[in-house]
Amino acid sequence: MIQQKVISKRFGKVDPLSIDSYIKFDGYNALEKALTMHPTQIIDEIEKSKIRGRGGAGFPAHIKARALANAKQPKYIVCNADEGEPGNFKDRIIMENDPFSILEGMVILAYATGAKKGYIYIRGEYQNAIKIMKMTIQNAIDKGYLGENILNKGFDFNLEIRTGAGSYVVGEEFSMIESIEGKPGRSRVKPPYPTDKGIHDKPTLINNVETFANFPHIILMGGDNYAKIGTPSSTGTKLISLSGNVKNKGLYEVPFGTSIRDVIFKLGDGVSYNRSIKMVQLGGASGPIIPEYMLDMAIDFERFENFDSKTGTGAIIVIDERFDIFDILLINMNFFVHQSCGKCAPCREGHTQIVNLLNKIKNHRGTEQDLMSLENLANVIQQTSLCGLGQTSMTSIISSLRYFRDDYFAKVRY
Amino acid sequence: MKIKEILSKYPKESEYLIEILLEIQSSSKNHYISSEDVEQISKYLDIPESQICSVTSFYTLLSMNPKGRYVIQVCHDVPCFVNDTTSIYEKLVDMLAIEDGETTEDNLFTLEITECLGCCNEAPAMRVNDQVYTSLTPKKVEKIVKDLRGEEK
Repeated sequence: MIQQKVISKRFGKVDPLSIDSYIKFDGYNALEKALTMHPTQIIDEIEKSKIRGRGGAGFPAHIKARALANAKQPKYIVCNADEGEPGNFKDRIIMENDPFSILEGMVILAYATGAKKGYIYIRGEYQNAIKIMKMTIQNAIDKGYLGENILNKGFDFNLEIRTGAGSYVVGEEFSMIESIEGKPGRSRVKPPYPTDKGIHDKPTLINNVETFANFPHIILMGGDNYAKIGTPSSTGTKLISLSGNVKNKGLYEVPFGTSIRDVIFKLGDGVSYNRSIKMVQLGGASGPIIPEYMLDMAIDFERFENFDSKTGTGAIIVIDERFDIFDILLINMNFFVHQSCGKCAPCREGHTQIVNLLNKIKNHRGTEQDLMSLENLANVIQQTSLCGLGQTSMTSIISSLRYFRDDYFAKVRY
Repeated sequence: MKIKEILSKYPKESEYLIEILLEIQSSSKNHYISSEDVEQISKYLDIPESQICSVTSFYTLLSMNPKGRYVIQVCHDVPCFVNDTTSIYEKLVDMLAIEDGETTEDNLFTLEITECLGCCNEAPAMRVNDQVYTSLTPKKVEKIVKDLRGEEK
Protein backbone atom coordinates (compact mmCIF):
# COMPACT_ATOMS: atom_id res chain seq x y z
CA MET A 1 0.00 0.00 0.00
CA ILE A 2 1.56 3.26 -1.08
CA GLN A 3 -1.32 5.38 0.08
CA GLN A 4 -1.85 5.99 3.77
CA LYS A 5 -5.17 7.65 4.40
CA VAL A 6 -5.22 9.89 7.45
CA ILE A 7 -6.58 13.22 6.25
CA SER A 8 -8.51 11.60 3.43
CA LYS A 9 -9.91 8.65 5.40
CA ARG A 10 -13.43 10.07 5.38
CA PHE A 11 -13.43 11.23 1.75
CA GLY A 12 -16.37 9.70 -0.05
CA LYS A 13 -17.49 7.89 3.10
CA VAL A 14 -19.19 10.75 4.93
CA ASP A 15 -21.85 13.16 3.77
CA PRO A 16 -19.83 16.40 3.80
CA LEU A 17 -22.90 18.44 4.66
CA SER A 18 -23.98 16.33 7.62
CA ILE A 19 -22.42 16.91 11.01
CA ASP A 20 -24.07 13.70 12.26
CA SER A 21 -22.34 11.73 9.56
CA TYR A 22 -19.03 13.32 10.60
CA ILE A 23 -19.61 12.53 14.28
CA LYS A 24 -20.47 8.93 13.44
CA PHE A 25 -17.09 8.60 11.72
CA ASP A 26 -14.91 9.62 14.72
CA GLY A 27 -15.67 13.29 14.17
CA TYR A 28 -15.15 15.63 17.13
CA ASN A 29 -13.55 12.88 19.24
CA ALA A 30 -10.35 14.89 19.06
CA LEU A 31 -12.03 18.09 20.22
CA GLU A 32 -13.65 16.30 23.16
CA LYS A 33 -10.26 14.90 24.10
CA ALA A 34 -8.53 18.25 23.61
CA LEU A 35 -10.97 19.99 25.92
CA THR A 36 -9.90 17.67 28.74
CA MET A 37 -6.28 18.70 28.22
CA HIS A 38 -4.49 21.84 29.33
CA PRO A 39 -4.01 24.27 26.39
CA THR A 40 -0.20 24.05 26.66
CA GLN A 41 -0.41 20.26 26.56
CA ILE A 42 -2.08 20.52 23.15
CA ILE A 43 0.77 22.65 21.81
CA ASP A 44 3.23 20.17 23.37
CA GLU A 45 1.57 17.37 21.38
CA ILE A 46 1.79 19.46 18.20
CA GLU A 47 5.49 20.01 18.93
CA LYS A 48 6.07 16.29 19.51
CA SER A 49 4.32 15.49 16.23
CA LYS A 50 6.93 17.69 14.47
CA ILE A 51 4.28 18.69 11.94
CA ARG A 52 5.32 21.37 9.49
CA GLY A 53 2.90 23.66 7.65
CA ARG A 54 1.26 22.18 4.59
CA GLY A 55 0.79 25.40 2.63
CA GLY A 56 4.19 25.46 1.00
CA ALA A 57 6.60 27.12 3.41
CA GLY A 58 6.79 24.16 5.79
CA PHE A 59 7.16 26.23 8.96
CA PRO A 60 6.97 24.18 12.18
CA ALA A 61 3.33 24.49 13.34
CA HIS A 62 4.07 24.49 17.07
CA ILE A 63 6.23 27.64 16.92
CA LYS A 64 3.38 29.71 15.50
CA ALA A 65 0.91 28.16 17.94
CA ARG A 66 3.07 28.91 20.96
CA ALA A 67 3.71 32.47 19.79
CA LEU A 68 -0.03 33.06 19.49
CA ALA A 69 -0.74 31.42 22.85
CA ASN A 70 1.71 33.83 24.50
CA ALA A 71 0.25 36.87 22.73
CA LYS A 72 -2.26 39.28 24.23
CA GLN A 73 -5.96 39.44 23.30
CA PRO A 74 -7.51 40.09 20.86
CA LYS A 75 -5.88 37.55 18.58
CA TYR A 76 -6.99 35.77 15.46
CA ILE A 77 -6.68 32.43 13.70
CA VAL A 78 -6.89 32.27 9.92
CA CYS A 79 -7.35 29.23 7.73
CA ASN A 80 -5.63 29.86 4.39
CA ALA A 81 -7.88 28.34 1.73
CA ASP A 82 -6.72 30.67 -1.03
CA GLU A 83 -5.32 27.80 -3.03
CA GLY A 84 -4.13 29.68 -6.10
CA GLU A 85 -0.92 27.84 -6.93
CA PRO A 86 -1.43 26.20 -10.34
CA GLY A 87 -1.50 22.42 -10.05
CA ASN A 88 -2.94 22.35 -6.53
CA PHE A 89 -6.44 21.23 -5.66
CA LYS A 90 -5.98 19.42 -2.33
CA ASP A 91 -7.53 22.16 -0.18
CA ARG A 92 -10.61 22.31 -2.39
CA ILE A 93 -11.03 18.56 -2.11
CA ILE A 94 -10.70 18.63 1.70
CA MET A 95 -13.31 21.40 1.89
CA GLU A 96 -15.67 19.59 -0.43
CA ASN A 97 -15.28 16.16 1.17
CA ASP A 98 -14.53 16.60 4.87
CA PRO A 99 -15.21 20.22 5.82
CA PHE A 100 -15.86 19.56 9.51
CA SER A 101 -12.33 18.25 10.03
CA ILE A 102 -11.03 21.74 9.19
CA LEU A 103 -13.39 23.35 11.72
CA GLU A 104 -12.43 20.80 14.33
CA GLY A 105 -8.73 21.55 13.80
CA MET A 106 -9.38 25.28 14.04
CA VAL A 107 -11.41 24.98 17.25
CA ILE A 108 -8.70 22.81 18.83
CA LEU A 109 -6.09 25.42 17.99
CA ALA A 110 -8.35 28.22 19.22
CA TYR A 111 -8.67 26.44 22.56
CA ALA A 112 -4.90 25.86 22.71
CA THR A 113 -4.03 29.47 21.91
CA GLY A 114 -6.95 31.35 23.44
CA ALA A 115 -8.06 32.98 20.18
CA LYS A 116 -11.74 33.85 20.09
CA LYS A 117 -12.15 34.81 16.47
CA GLY A 118 -11.14 33.14 13.25
CA TYR A 119 -11.45 33.50 9.52
CA ILE A 120 -11.47 31.04 6.67
CA TYR A 121 -10.19 32.82 3.58
CA ILE A 122 -11.35 30.95 0.48
CA ARG A 123 -10.48 31.96 -3.06
CA GLY A 124 -13.43 33.35 -5.02
CA GLU A 125 -13.08 30.73 -7.74
CA TYR A 126 -14.09 28.01 -5.25
CA GLN A 127 -17.80 28.83 -5.14
CA ASN A 128 -18.79 25.29 -4.26
CA ALA A 129 -16.35 25.09 -1.36
CA ILE A 130 -17.51 28.50 -0.09
CA LYS A 131 -21.13 27.30 0.00
CA ILE A 132 -20.14 24.10 1.79
CA MET A 133 -17.99 25.86 4.40
CA LYS A 134 -20.75 28.39 5.13
CA MET A 135 -23.23 25.56 5.74
CA THR A 136 -20.65 23.68 7.79
CA ILE A 137 -20.13 26.66 10.09
CA GLN A 138 -23.87 27.04 10.63
CA ASN A 139 -24.30 23.33 11.38
CA ALA A 140 -21.43 23.37 13.85
CA ILE A 141 -22.88 26.40 15.65
CA ASP A 142 -26.31 24.74 15.83
CA LYS A 143 -24.81 21.64 17.42
CA GLY A 144 -22.63 23.51 19.91
CA TYR A 145 -19.27 22.76 18.29
CA LEU A 146 -18.63 26.39 17.37
CA GLY A 147 -19.67 29.82 18.60
CA GLU A 148 -20.43 30.65 22.21
CA ASN A 149 -19.74 28.24 25.07
CA ILE A 150 -18.46 25.36 22.93
CA LEU A 151 -19.54 21.95 24.32
CA ASN A 152 -20.52 23.75 27.52
CA LYS A 153 -16.88 24.27 28.42
CA GLY A 154 -17.24 28.02 28.63
CA PHE A 155 -15.00 28.81 25.72
CA ASP A 156 -16.01 30.82 22.65
CA PHE A 157 -14.74 30.77 19.11
CA ASN A 158 -16.45 32.47 16.19
CA LEU A 159 -15.65 31.94 12.55
CA GLU A 160 -16.22 34.08 9.50
CA ILE A 161 -15.74 33.20 5.84
CA ARG A 162 -13.84 35.68 3.72
CA THR A 163 -13.91 35.36 -0.05
CA GLY A 164 -10.96 36.06 -2.28
CA ALA A 165 -11.46 38.06 -5.44
CA GLY A 166 -8.96 36.53 -7.80
CA SER A 167 -5.50 37.29 -6.51
CA TYR A 168 -2.72 34.73 -6.26
CA VAL A 169 -0.46 36.79 -4.00
CA VAL A 170 -3.15 36.87 -1.32
CA GLY A 171 -2.09 33.32 -0.45
CA GLU A 172 0.98 34.96 1.11
CA GLU A 173 0.27 35.62 4.77
CA PHE A 174 0.66 39.40 4.98
CA SER A 175 -1.15 39.91 1.69
CA MET A 176 -3.98 37.82 3.09
CA ILE A 177 -4.08 39.94 6.22
CA GLU A 178 -4.34 43.09 4.09
CA SER A 179 -7.14 41.46 2.09
CA ILE A 180 -9.03 40.45 5.25
CA GLU A 181 -8.84 44.12 6.25
CA GLY A 182 -10.59 44.93 2.95
CA LYS A 183 -7.54 46.31 1.15
CA PRO A 184 -5.55 45.33 -1.95
CA GLY A 185 -3.39 42.30 -1.12
CA ARG A 186 0.05 43.90 -0.95
CA SER A 187 2.48 42.31 1.46
CA ARG A 188 4.17 44.02 4.41
CA VAL A 189 7.80 44.10 5.47
CA LYS A 190 8.73 41.38 7.97
CA PRO A 191 9.42 41.38 10.89
CA PRO A 192 7.17 41.91 12.79
CA TYR A 193 5.61 38.56 11.94
CA PRO A 194 1.85 38.00 11.87
CA THR A 195 1.83 36.28 15.27
CA ASP A 196 3.10 39.65 16.55
CA LYS A 197 1.19 42.12 14.38
CA GLY A 198 -1.36 40.68 11.98
CA ILE A 199 -4.98 41.63 11.30
CA HIS A 200 -5.53 45.22 12.54
CA ASP A 201 -2.01 44.92 13.98
CA LYS A 202 -3.21 42.23 16.40
CA PRO A 203 -1.52 38.81 16.75
CA THR A 204 -2.65 36.47 13.99
CA LEU A 205 -1.86 32.87 13.18
CA ILE A 206 -2.31 31.63 9.62
CA ASN A 207 -2.26 27.94 8.74
CA ASN A 208 -3.12 26.06 5.58
CA VAL A 209 -6.31 23.99 5.29
CA GLU A 210 -4.39 20.70 5.33
CA THR A 211 -2.44 21.73 8.44
CA PHE A 212 -5.66 22.36 10.35
CA ALA A 213 -7.11 19.06 9.11
CA ASN A 214 -4.08 17.31 10.65
CA PHE A 215 -4.57 18.63 14.20
CA PRO A 216 -7.48 16.34 15.18
CA HIS A 217 -5.40 13.32 14.16
CA ILE A 218 -2.39 14.53 16.17
CA ILE A 219 -4.58 14.91 19.26
CA LEU A 220 -6.20 11.50 18.80
CA MET A 221 -3.08 9.46 18.09
CA GLY A 222 -0.70 11.60 20.20
CA GLY A 223 2.24 13.58 18.91
CA ASP A 224 4.79 10.78 19.33
CA ASN A 225 2.74 8.28 17.34
CA TYR A 226 2.06 10.84 14.64
CA ALA A 227 5.82 11.50 14.35
CA LYS A 228 6.35 7.82 13.49
CA ILE A 229 4.61 8.36 10.15
CA GLY A 230 6.84 9.68 7.37
CA THR A 231 10.52 10.53 7.71
CA PRO A 232 12.42 11.99 10.70
CA SER A 233 12.54 15.45 9.14
CA SER A 234 9.06 15.37 7.60
CA THR A 235 6.46 13.66 9.70
CA GLY A 236 2.95 12.63 8.78
CA THR A 237 1.31 12.21 5.43
CA LYS A 238 1.05 14.55 2.49
CA LEU A 239 -1.81 15.09 0.12
CA ILE A 240 -0.45 15.04 -3.40
CA SER A 241 -2.22 16.82 -6.25
CA LEU A 242 -1.15 14.80 -9.27
CA SER A 243 -1.87 16.40 -12.64
CA GLY A 244 -0.56 16.86 -16.16
CA ASN A 245 0.02 14.02 -18.60
CA VAL A 246 -0.70 11.09 -16.29
CA LYS A 247 -3.34 8.44 -16.81
CA ASN A 248 -4.93 8.78 -13.38
CA LYS A 249 -4.82 12.40 -12.35
CA GLY A 250 -6.09 12.97 -8.85
CA LEU A 251 -5.50 13.45 -5.17
CA TYR A 252 -3.45 10.87 -3.29
CA GLU A 253 -2.31 10.73 0.31
CA VAL A 254 1.12 9.24 0.96
CA PRO A 255 3.49 9.23 3.94
CA PHE A 256 6.46 11.58 3.56
CA GLY A 257 9.42 9.72 2.10
CA THR A 258 7.46 8.21 -0.78
CA SER A 259 9.26 8.69 -4.08
CA ILE A 260 7.89 10.94 -6.80
CA ARG A 261 8.25 8.05 -9.25
CA ASP A 262 5.98 5.82 -7.17
CA VAL A 263 3.31 8.51 -7.08
CA ILE A 264 3.45 8.99 -10.84
CA PHE A 265 3.68 5.33 -11.85
CA LYS A 266 2.01 3.33 -9.08
CA LEU A 267 -0.76 5.75 -8.17
CA GLY A 268 -1.06 7.75 -11.37
CA ASP A 269 -0.52 4.67 -13.56
CA GLY A 270 2.18 6.38 -15.59
CA VAL A 271 2.11 8.72 -18.55
CA SER A 272 -0.80 8.76 -20.99
CA TYR A 273 -0.18 6.85 -24.23
CA ASN A 274 3.05 5.60 -22.59
CA ARG A 275 4.93 8.66 -23.77
CA SER A 276 8.16 9.46 -21.99
CA ILE A 277 8.47 12.19 -19.38
CA LYS A 278 10.24 15.35 -20.45
CA MET A 279 9.99 17.14 -17.10
CA VAL A 280 8.07 17.27 -13.84
CA GLN A 281 7.19 20.46 -12.04
CA LEU A 282 6.89 20.15 -8.28
CA GLY A 283 4.74 22.30 -6.03
CA GLY A 284 3.16 24.42 -8.76
CA ALA A 285 4.22 27.44 -10.82
CA SER A 286 6.65 28.49 -8.07
CA GLY A 287 8.29 25.08 -7.86
CA PRO A 288 11.33 23.49 -9.47
CA ILE A 289 11.30 21.68 -12.82
CA ILE A 290 13.20 18.40 -12.68
CA PRO A 291 14.13 15.84 -15.33
CA GLU A 292 12.99 12.22 -15.45
CA TYR A 293 16.21 10.84 -13.90
CA MET A 294 15.52 12.68 -10.64
CA LEU A 295 12.12 11.10 -10.01
CA ASP A 296 13.42 8.68 -7.39
CA MET A 297 13.71 11.66 -5.09
CA ALA A 298 11.64 11.32 -1.93
CA ILE A 299 8.83 13.71 -1.09
CA ASP A 300 10.39 15.36 1.93
CA PHE A 301 10.81 18.94 3.13
CA GLU A 302 14.59 18.58 3.47
CA ARG A 303 15.00 17.16 -0.03
CA PHE A 304 12.86 19.91 -1.54
CA GLU A 305 14.79 22.64 0.28
CA ASN A 306 17.82 21.75 -1.84
CA PHE A 307 16.17 23.79 -4.57
CA ASP A 308 16.43 26.96 -2.44
CA SER A 309 12.70 26.92 -2.50
CA LYS A 310 10.08 25.55 -0.25
CA THR A 311 7.63 23.49 -2.15
CA GLY A 312 5.65 21.67 0.45
CA THR A 313 2.30 22.09 -1.26
CA GLY A 314 2.61 18.64 -2.77
CA ALA A 315 1.69 19.26 -6.38
CA ILE A 316 3.26 17.07 -9.05
CA ILE A 317 2.72 18.19 -12.63
CA VAL A 318 3.90 15.65 -15.18
CA ILE A 319 4.83 17.01 -18.61
CA ASP A 320 5.55 14.60 -21.44
CA GLU A 321 8.03 14.60 -24.32
CA ARG A 322 5.81 16.63 -26.68
CA PHE A 323 6.36 19.86 -24.78
CA ASP A 324 9.06 22.51 -25.03
CA ILE A 325 10.46 23.71 -21.72
CA PHE A 326 10.27 27.33 -22.91
CA ASP A 327 6.51 27.13 -23.40
CA ILE A 328 6.14 25.83 -19.85
CA LEU A 329 8.49 28.49 -18.42
CA LEU A 330 6.67 31.25 -20.30
CA ILE A 331 3.29 30.17 -18.92
CA ASN A 332 4.78 30.23 -15.43
CA MET A 333 6.45 33.62 -15.90
CA ASN A 334 3.46 35.29 -17.56
CA PHE A 335 1.46 34.08 -14.58
CA PHE A 336 3.82 35.92 -12.22
CA VAL A 337 3.81 39.07 -14.36
CA HIS A 338 0.06 39.14 -13.90
CA GLN A 339 0.09 38.18 -10.21
CA SER A 340 2.84 40.46 -8.92
CA CYS A 341 1.22 43.02 -6.63
CA GLY A 342 3.61 45.73 -7.84
CA LYS A 343 4.85 46.82 -4.43
CA CYS A 344 8.55 45.98 -4.80
CA ALA A 345 10.65 46.67 -7.91
CA PRO A 346 12.47 43.34 -8.39
CA CYS A 347 9.19 41.47 -8.67
CA ARG A 348 7.21 44.13 -10.55
CA GLU A 349 9.87 44.89 -13.18
CA GLY A 350 11.85 41.67 -13.02
CA HIS A 351 9.18 39.25 -14.21
CA THR A 352 8.49 41.33 -17.32
CA GLN A 353 12.19 41.30 -18.23
CA ILE A 354 12.39 37.55 -17.58
CA VAL A 355 9.54 37.04 -20.08
CA ASN A 356 11.35 39.22 -22.64
CA LEU A 357 14.55 37.21 -22.25
CA LEU A 358 12.74 33.87 -22.45
CA ASN A 359 10.94 34.92 -25.62
CA LYS A 360 14.21 36.02 -27.14
CA ILE A 361 15.89 32.70 -26.33
CA LYS A 362 12.89 30.63 -27.39
CA ASN A 363 12.85 32.34 -30.80
CA HIS A 364 16.56 31.67 -31.39
CA ARG A 365 17.44 35.36 -31.03
CA GLY A 366 19.15 35.05 -27.66
CA THR A 367 22.90 35.12 -27.11
CA GLU A 368 25.06 33.68 -24.39
CA GLN A 369 24.97 37.14 -22.83
CA ASP A 370 21.15 36.84 -22.58
CA LEU A 371 21.55 33.52 -20.87
CA MET A 372 23.80 35.12 -18.28
CA SER A 373 21.37 38.01 -17.85
CA LEU A 374 18.55 35.53 -17.30
CA GLU A 375 20.53 33.73 -14.64
CA ASN A 376 21.58 36.94 -12.89
CA LEU A 377 18.15 38.50 -12.97
CA ALA A 378 16.52 35.33 -11.66
CA ASN A 379 18.90 35.39 -8.69
CA VAL A 380 18.26 39.08 -8.04
CA ILE A 381 14.48 38.58 -8.04
CA GLN A 382 14.78 35.58 -5.74
CA GLN A 383 17.07 37.30 -3.26
CA THR A 384 15.61 40.79 -3.13
CA SER A 385 11.83 40.42 -3.42
CA LEU A 386 9.76 41.43 -0.44
CA CYS A 387 7.43 38.45 -0.15
CA GLY A 388 7.16 34.79 -0.96
CA LEU A 389 5.94 35.45 -4.51
CA GLY A 390 9.20 36.84 -5.88
CA GLN A 391 11.28 34.74 -3.51
CA THR A 392 9.95 31.52 -5.06
CA SER A 393 8.82 32.47 -8.58
CA MET A 394 12.30 32.00 -10.02
CA THR A 395 12.65 28.40 -8.85
CA SER A 396 11.50 27.00 -12.19
CA ILE A 397 13.97 29.21 -14.09
CA ILE A 398 16.89 28.43 -11.79
CA SER A 399 16.20 24.69 -11.78
CA SER A 400 15.72 24.62 -15.55
CA LEU A 401 19.08 26.32 -16.02
CA ARG A 402 20.62 23.61 -13.88
CA TYR A 403 18.91 20.51 -15.29
CA PHE A 404 17.92 21.55 -18.82
CA ARG A 405 20.94 23.61 -19.82
CA ASP A 406 21.19 21.78 -23.13
CA ASP A 407 17.73 23.03 -24.08
CA TYR A 408 19.03 26.56 -23.64
CA PHE A 409 22.26 25.99 -25.53
CA ALA A 410 20.31 24.44 -28.40
CA LYS A 411 18.52 27.76 -28.86
CA VAL A 412 21.26 30.28 -28.12
CA ARG A 413 23.02 32.03 -31.01
CA TYR A 414 26.80 32.01 -31.09
CA MET B 1 -31.28 42.92 -5.33
CA LYS B 2 -30.96 46.62 -4.81
CA ILE B 3 -27.62 47.94 -3.65
CA LYS B 4 -29.09 49.37 -0.43
CA GLU B 5 -30.42 45.95 0.56
CA ILE B 6 -26.99 44.43 0.00
CA LEU B 7 -25.22 47.15 1.96
CA SER B 8 -27.58 46.86 4.91
CA LYS B 9 -26.46 43.26 5.43
CA TYR B 10 -22.92 44.36 6.29
CA PRO B 11 -21.51 46.26 9.26
CA LYS B 12 -20.27 49.74 8.36
CA GLU B 13 -16.64 48.64 8.47
CA SER B 14 -14.22 48.93 5.58
CA GLU B 15 -12.95 45.37 6.15
CA TYR B 16 -16.18 44.15 4.50
CA LEU B 17 -15.43 46.08 1.30
CA ILE B 18 -14.35 43.06 -0.77
CA GLU B 19 -17.34 40.98 0.37
CA ILE B 20 -19.67 43.85 -0.51
CA LEU B 21 -18.09 44.36 -3.94
CA LEU B 22 -18.32 40.65 -4.74
CA GLU B 23 -21.97 40.49 -3.78
CA ILE B 24 -22.90 43.61 -5.73
CA GLN B 25 -21.07 42.29 -8.76
CA SER B 26 -22.71 38.87 -8.62
CA SER B 27 -26.14 40.48 -8.35
CA SER B 28 -25.41 42.50 -11.49
CA LYS B 29 -26.57 40.94 -14.74
CA ASN B 30 -23.44 42.15 -16.48
CA HIS B 31 -21.03 41.14 -13.72
CA TYR B 32 -19.65 44.57 -12.91
CA ILE B 33 -19.60 47.32 -10.34
CA SER B 34 -20.91 50.62 -11.65
CA SER B 35 -19.61 54.05 -10.65
CA GLU B 36 -22.99 54.66 -8.97
CA ASP B 37 -22.36 51.53 -6.86
CA VAL B 38 -18.96 52.90 -5.88
CA GLU B 39 -20.56 56.18 -4.82
CA GLN B 40 -23.10 54.36 -2.64
CA ILE B 41 -20.49 52.12 -1.02
CA SER B 42 -18.28 55.14 -0.36
CA LYS B 43 -21.10 56.86 1.51
CA TYR B 44 -22.12 53.72 3.40
CA LEU B 45 -18.62 52.77 4.61
CA ASP B 46 -17.47 56.40 4.85
CA ILE B 47 -14.34 55.79 2.81
CA PRO B 48 -13.11 57.66 -0.29
CA GLU B 49 -14.10 56.35 -3.71
CA SER B 50 -10.42 56.09 -4.62
CA GLN B 51 -9.97 53.49 -1.90
CA ILE B 52 -12.75 51.39 -3.44
CA CYS B 53 -11.26 51.74 -6.93
CA SER B 54 -7.84 50.67 -5.65
CA VAL B 55 -9.49 47.43 -4.56
CA THR B 56 -11.53 46.86 -7.73
CA SER B 57 -8.47 47.40 -9.89
CA PHE B 58 -6.27 45.09 -7.81
CA TYR B 59 -8.49 42.01 -7.80
CA THR B 60 -8.95 40.14 -11.07
CA LEU B 61 -12.46 38.90 -10.29
CA LEU B 62 -13.74 42.45 -9.78
CA SER B 63 -14.67 44.54 -12.80
CA MET B 64 -15.79 48.11 -13.32
CA ASN B 65 -16.68 47.39 -16.94
CA PRO B 66 -19.84 45.57 -17.98
CA LYS B 67 -19.34 42.04 -19.27
CA GLY B 68 -21.52 39.59 -21.14
CA ARG B 69 -24.31 37.62 -19.49
CA TYR B 70 -22.03 34.59 -19.46
CA VAL B 71 -18.40 35.12 -18.54
CA ILE B 72 -16.41 32.18 -19.86
CA GLN B 73 -13.02 31.77 -18.20
CA VAL B 74 -10.67 29.22 -19.68
CA CYS B 75 -7.79 28.03 -17.53
CA HIS B 76 -4.44 28.38 -19.24
CA ASP B 77 -1.96 27.21 -16.63
CA VAL B 78 0.46 24.33 -17.10
CA PRO B 79 -1.76 21.40 -15.95
CA CYS B 80 -4.49 22.49 -18.37
CA PHE B 81 -2.05 23.55 -21.10
CA VAL B 82 -0.47 20.09 -21.28
CA ASN B 83 -3.98 18.64 -21.51
CA ASP B 84 -4.67 20.69 -24.64
CA THR B 85 -6.57 23.66 -23.28
CA THR B 86 -5.44 25.51 -26.42
CA SER B 87 -7.95 23.54 -28.49
CA ILE B 88 -10.67 24.51 -26.00
CA TYR B 89 -9.80 28.19 -26.26
CA GLU B 90 -9.59 28.02 -30.04
CA LYS B 91 -12.98 26.34 -30.23
CA LEU B 92 -14.48 29.17 -28.18
CA VAL B 93 -12.78 31.84 -30.31
CA ASP B 94 -14.14 30.07 -33.36
CA MET B 95 -17.71 29.81 -32.05
CA LEU B 96 -17.97 33.22 -30.41
CA ALA B 97 -15.77 35.21 -32.81
CA ILE B 98 -14.14 37.04 -29.91
CA GLU B 99 -10.76 36.80 -28.18
CA ASP B 100 -9.44 37.06 -24.64
CA GLY B 101 -11.07 39.98 -22.81
CA GLU B 102 -13.72 40.68 -25.44
CA THR B 103 -17.51 40.53 -25.32
CA THR B 104 -19.84 39.42 -28.11
CA GLU B 105 -21.95 42.12 -29.79
CA ASP B 106 -25.16 40.69 -28.37
CA ASN B 107 -23.61 41.01 -24.87
CA LEU B 108 -24.18 37.33 -24.25
CA PHE B 109 -20.59 36.09 -23.83
CA THR B 110 -17.31 37.44 -22.51
CA LEU B 111 -14.23 35.29 -23.07
CA GLU B 112 -11.30 35.40 -20.67
CA ILE B 113 -8.12 33.42 -20.17
CA THR B 114 -7.83 32.82 -16.46
CA GLU B 115 -5.48 31.44 -13.86
CA CYS B 116 -5.72 27.96 -12.38
CA LEU B 117 -9.23 27.02 -11.30
CA GLY B 118 -7.97 24.24 -9.02
CA CYS B 119 -9.47 21.48 -11.15
CA CYS B 120 -6.18 20.12 -12.50
CA ASN B 121 -7.32 16.57 -11.71
CA GLU B 122 -9.97 17.02 -14.41
CA ALA B 123 -8.08 19.26 -16.84
CA PRO B 124 -8.77 21.08 -19.06
CA ALA B 125 -11.24 23.23 -17.17
CA MET B 126 -13.26 26.38 -17.65
CA ARG B 127 -15.79 28.37 -15.68
CA VAL B 128 -19.03 29.93 -16.89
CA ASN B 129 -20.07 32.42 -14.22
CA ASP B 130 -19.95 30.25 -11.07
CA GLN B 131 -20.31 26.91 -12.83
CA VAL B 132 -17.12 24.91 -13.42
CA TYR B 133 -16.84 22.56 -16.41
CA THR B 134 -14.06 19.97 -16.46
CA SER B 135 -12.49 17.27 -18.64
CA LEU B 136 -13.35 19.40 -21.64
CA THR B 137 -13.10 18.52 -25.30
CA PRO B 138 -13.92 20.84 -28.21
CA LYS B 139 -17.11 18.81 -28.71
CA LYS B 140 -18.20 19.33 -25.11
CA VAL B 141 -17.49 23.04 -25.41
CA GLU B 142 -19.65 23.23 -28.51
CA LYS B 143 -22.56 21.70 -26.62
CA ILE B 144 -22.10 23.99 -23.60
CA VAL B 145 -22.11 27.13 -25.75
CA LYS B 146 -25.11 25.93 -27.76
CA ASP B 147 -27.00 25.17 -24.55
CA LEU B 148 -26.25 28.61 -23.14
CA ARG B 149 -27.43 30.24 -26.36
CA GLY B 150 -30.59 28.14 -26.28
CA GLU B 151 -31.34 29.23 -22.73
CA GLU B 152 -31.53 32.81 -23.89
CA LYS B 153 -34.12 32.10 -26.59
